[in-house]
Amino acid sequence: MSELRSILTDSVNGLFGDKITRELLTRFDETGDDGGVWAEVEAQGLTRPLVSEENGGVGGEWRDAHVLVQAGGFHSAPVPLGETILATWLAEKAGLEVPEGAATVIDGSDGSLSLTGDGRTGKLSGRASRVPWGTKAETALVVAPHDGGPMVALVRMSDAAHVAPNQNMARESRDDVSFDGASVQMAHLPNDVPADVILQYGAMIRAAQIAGAMDKVLTQTVQYANERTQFGKPLGKFQAIQQEMSRMAGEAASAGVIAEAPFAALDEGLNPEWQIAAAKARASEAAGIGASVGHQTHGAIGFTYEHSLHFATRRLWSWRSEFGGARFWSRRLGARAVDRGMDNFWPDIVSG
Amino acid sequence: MGFFNFEPAALPPEAEALRPQVRAFLDEALKDKRPVDRAWNWMGHDQDFSRKVGEQGWLGMTWPEQYGGGGRTFFERYVVMEEMLAAGAPVQAHWVADRQSGPLLLRFGTEEQREFFLPQIISGNACFCIGMSEPDSGSDLAATRTKAEKVDGGWKVNGTKVWTSSAHLAHYMIALFRTDAEDKHGGLSQFIVDMKSPGLTVSPIINLAGNHHFNQCVFDDVFVPDERLVGKPGGGWNQVVAELAFERSGPERYLSCIQLVYELLGIAARSKDPAMVEEVGRLTAHAMTLRRMSLSVAGKLQRGENPALEASVVKDVGGVFEQSIPEIAARLVDEEPTLMDASNFQQVLAFLTMEAPSFSLRGGTREILRGIIARGLGLR
Repeated sequence: MSELRSILTDSVNGLFGDKITRELLTRFDETGDDGGVWAEVEAQGLTRPLVSEENGGVGGEWRDAHVLVQAGGFHSAPVPLGETILATWLAEKAGLEVPEGAATVIDGSDGSLSLTGDGRTGKLSGRASRVPWGTKAETALVVAPHDGGPMVALVRMSDAAHVAPNQNMARESRDDVSFDGASVQMAHLPNDVPADVILQYGAMIRAAQIAGAMDKVLTQTVQYANERTQFGKPLGKFQAIQQEMSRMAGEAASAGVIAEAPFAALDEGLNPEWQIAAAKARASEAAGIGASVGHQTHGAIGFTYEHSLHFATRRLWSWRSEFGGARFWSRRLGARAVDRGMDNFWPDIVSG
Repeated sequence: MGFFNFEPAALPPEAEALRPQVRAFLDEALKDKRPVDRAWNWMGHDQDFSRKVGEQGWLGMTWPEQYGGGGRTFFERYVVMEEMLAAGAPVQAHWVADRQSGPLLLRFGTEEQREFFLPQIISGNACFCIGMSEPDSGSDLAATRTKAEKVDGGWKVNGTKVWTSSAHLAHYMIALFRTDAEDKHGGLSQFIVDMKSPGLTVSPIINLAGNHHFNQCVFDDVFVPDERLVGKPGGGWNQVVAELAFERSGPERYLSCIQLVYELLGIAARSKDPAMVEEVGRLTAHAMTLRRMSLSVAGKLQRGENPALEASVVKDVGGVFEQSIPEIAARLVDEEPTLMDASNFQQVLAFLTMEAPSFSLRGGTREILRGIIARGLGLR
């Protein structure tokens, strides 16, 4: 691990570990208030790992972003960290101003949004559903069709015509946003960035968050199984419990290994599309097993609001469906495999 | 966080450089093999094939050059292994020796043993089998009863080993015998048994598919000379634990049903059935994940770290994956499995459906592996 990466790993886990308590997450559920976590994330300079130093970033690698996002998943960080990392990266990459503050990403490449105008300014119109942190973000990076092909646009969320607040099961905001000729800065999509970059890279972010949350559920469950005594011995001494927890551990390990793959591919200058598809499909499948074994082992107490297990499990159940679920990404991966044919199946596995 | 260490590993260029050579070799060597023949995977036995592999310098690749080994990295060996498995090459005649018997001798064997056995393995001439299980000692290896008694110049062995894969074809067995009745774990020792030894009777145990992989081996006053003790008397338990880490570490632990994935993919390509396409994608995601995990274990071997825990995770997750494939294929495709004259899919499905129960038994049952993982989690 590079020096930068270990520093980032230590600071982000230190920050989240200290600050994100059960009380803080409870207040977030009730009021949407993050208890100052975002301010601290910004103060520590963790929102721009991929942005160059000239633009106020740290000029890091994708795997540096990975450790931040995974830590956010582990600690149930109620902040748009992954979204802001993507937005700041894409803004700089496309030659736009790198946005300050919390940012989100919106995929309009399916035609739900459209851009008009010439040169570096234009207008954004259309409707986007389930925008992550739409009510929290100050700006959004949007990819949407334009006459001359897909473009990237930077829009202020305060310029949206309407924002209808909505939430996922973890009460993270997932809002319906409409734009009616909102003013934007815009730029051409860089050549090496696909039109559905928001969908793809968003899925990559969610897979890494799932891997983090899987680790959290596993850690909590191991601790509980060693502390809770029934029939005169800790739960963890029962073989039935051990067998299931080992299965969960295998799923957590699988999610962790594949979630890292697309970040590593990007650092090697490779197209991460198939690793992203594999990561989101596999991690989304693992999420259900992790949540299920975690709850089964915790018994009734883990089913209460008072116990903290649900902060991770409600996120697992939410994140697995966001930016495409297991079925969506399996079909995409399957369509490629079928297209490439049986003779290429193995060579493609080996080459990533 | 931090129960396991699956550090990402990337294959170095010298390892990737081997891949086209291995593929070219396999294209030629396997050109007459049908998919159902390839489905035997690492259970396929062909000593001539193993000799050819040896001629390529692909056996004992990581072993020191002084014994004829290749002095190469675990990553180079990994590429050769995974290409053989993906192609369904009949590797059984050298697999066990190359994977675990040779490394065992390198670690615990005497100089004479290394000089005698390693060159035979490296040339593809020596097939090894593993004598661990007994009628009353399956997963409970410490219950081993087959007894080796000290006699003049060696040991006299009496007892029975079962489920011994390839014993009827092997030249040597690495066997675990009881040398001290009083000390459960510390009373076990490992020996190399010549399969031609007088008093050793090998008889087939036919599996449910009618195939002959494993055997019963009865030892009736079999003499094993002193110089065929491996390591220390009483060191058998610890040596076996180290050996099993090697046994569980390779890519064979997720690729057993790969031929059926190919066939399923072929059918999905023709039918365009969305359910099949989706399932092919799901299996692809699993295979990509397991391959990265398995490669990470190779990285641990290369760094000289103990791969036991992570290898158990890969074998457990990989075993579930392998066993799911015939179930998925049978659910999605309306073709009846048969070994008779039929489509490749039907034959491969029939063969692997009947072999699949063994995937979570051999090399440590699923329950034993999960016990090892639970210990790694700190539950026991």
